[in-house]
Amino acid sequence: MKTAVIVFPGSNCDRDLAVALEAVTGTRPAMIWHADTTLPDGLGMIAVPGGFSYGDYLRSGAIAARSPIMRAVVEAAGKGMRVLGVCNGFQVLTEAGLLPGALMRNAGLNFVCRDVALTVENAQSAFTSGYDAGETVSFPVAHHDGNYVADDDTLDRVEGEGRVAFRYAEPVNGSARAIAGLLNNRGNVLGMMPHPERRIEAAHGGDDGRRLFEGLLELVGA
Amino acid sequence: MKIKVFVTLKPGVLDPQGRAIHHALGSLGFDGVQDVRQGKLIELDVADSTDDAAIDAMCRKLLANTVIENYRVEKASPGKVGTGFPSGDAPNQESAA
Repeated sequence: MKTAVIVFPGSNCDRDLAVALEAVTGTRPAMIWHADTTLPDGLGMIAVPGGFSYGDYLRSGAIAARSPIMRAVVEAAGKGMRVLGVCNGFQVLTEAGLLPGALMRNAGLNFVCRDVALTVENAQSAFTSGYDAGETVSFPVAHHDGNYVADDDTLDRVEGEGRVAFRYAEPVNGSARAIAGLLNNRGNVLGMMPHPERRIEAAHGGDDGRRLFEGLLELVGA
Repeated sequence: MKIKVFVTLKPGVLDPQGRAIHHALGSLGFDGVQDVRQGKLIELDVADSTDDAAIDAMCRKLLANTVIENYRVEKASPGKVGTGFPSGDAPNQESAA
């Protein structure tokens, strides 16, 4: 499967994502600079990495979401392209309007950098088919703005539609309904604060994250 | 034309930073503070021909995230002092996908 990783000024998990994608797909992802306007042909998935794009100026992810390449990413997502946003990537996807809600400063104000337990809520999606529903997994988090906020109607709607992919199994950042990972209405876009790409081999302390990429690959069958 | 855009969190949106400021004021002995909300002031210098609709679009498309924030515009130029815009309350942007 051909994949692409978007790179903004200030991204710092782009190479981690590239290593994870190459390890699972066997193909090195295309690294796409934010100022580019087009995506390569034949992609099976686009990843939007963690980091501090544009120094978190204005709001986390706000400037990146308006960068030239994001117009192409939004257009591709509209046609069903799978898009994964991790950490700052989740913030970028909400700012770009691909996912509802927003990510605000952690309720405890602290930058949280540790392993957290997550419950897999939806194991039917393209991104989570490698897991069992209700399973507990451990992913690292490292963020300051991971406090998911949306109005009650939106929260009820995404819950009702089974769009909560991962939920924190412990207090982390004050997120509404403990949402850690959220799917769009078609299920082809996933935003999540925890880092699956940092948990793909035993040397990382576990490989719970690897199954996210493997499940995706199996589903695409390429 | 000088313009000030005030961006504030919507009522009901928890403001952890405002809460921390509130706490720090209490630590300094300021007891009468009921609540603190932190926002942003963005100053723009735009062409005099810039119309209100364009300024409103700037706020909605970039300066404020209307999922969580309201905005208010003040024009500072003499003779062009406006009353600003009502707070932004755009519908959820998800339909853009």
